[in-house]
Amino acid sequence: MDPILFFIFAAVAVICAISLIVQKHPIKSALSLIGVMGSLAILYLLLGAEFIAAAQLIVYAGAIMVLFVFVIMLLNAGEEKSPARPSWFAKLLGIPLMIALLGILSYVIQRAAPEGSLAFGEYTGGAREVGRALFTTYLLPFEITSVLILIAILGAVVLAKKEL
Amino acid sequence: MNGVPLSWYLILSAILFALGAAGFMIRKNMITVFMCIELMLNAVNLSFVAFSRHFKTIDGQIFTFFVMVVAAAEAAVGLAIILTVFRNRSTLQVDDIDSLRL
Repeated sequence: MDPILFFIFAAVAVICAISLIVQKHPIKSALSLIGVMGSLAILYLLLGAEFIAAAQLIVYAGAIMVLFVFVIMLLNAGEEKSPARPSWFAKLLGIPLMIALLGILSYVIQRAAPEGSLAFGEYTGGAREVGRALFTTYLLPFEITSVLILIAILGAVVLAKKEL
Repeated sequence: MNGVPLSWYLILSAILFALGAAGFMIRKNMITVFMCIELMLNAVNLSFVAFSRHFKTIDGQIFTFFVMVVAAAEAAVGLAIILTVFRNRSTLQVDDIDSLRL
């Protein structure tokens, strides 16, 4: 059952990612990115990372993508005016070289990756485990992260202000 | 066979990262380029979670959590910069914003 689910959602993720980089209109690219993030959330669930899957949907597919769509609509971004004109070299060799690179990469990963596989449900990363690690071992990075977010908020407000 | 090998997740992660990098280089719209960066961050997150499950530790998921937080901060600041650039230059095409080019 696991490999079937993996293949379905891996295919959805790859197709949505290809759609992200070939669509001309930014809003269609944004919708494709939401598709990638949704299928990645399912893959996180398959890997037993429940908390990360929920955070992926809420933070990425929810908050960050709403920000993207909001900016696209605010700036009234239309289709790209000057599409990229690839050279004859890129047209001729681009796709075959990419397939060759992916093949070599897959072979190396297959060779180098450790053996063994886990079935669904053998290991969980629920909110309890993540929270315990976050507030004991990783307490200092967690607190520094809050400062980072504060600086990001201030920076965004200062940058987006009318007069600097 | 029950369960998915670790290498499949790593290969999927590599494919998604490569697609994000390709989009980063071939797209001309600033917002789409930014979305390709988010795609690359997501691909790395998948590697982190897969390794976290393989080694039966929670550390990879904590790293994913931090990457998400940094991505949120980066999206807020980056979109504010895009907003400012659009207000000053009235264009989103990366080719038209070449003040730093010699």
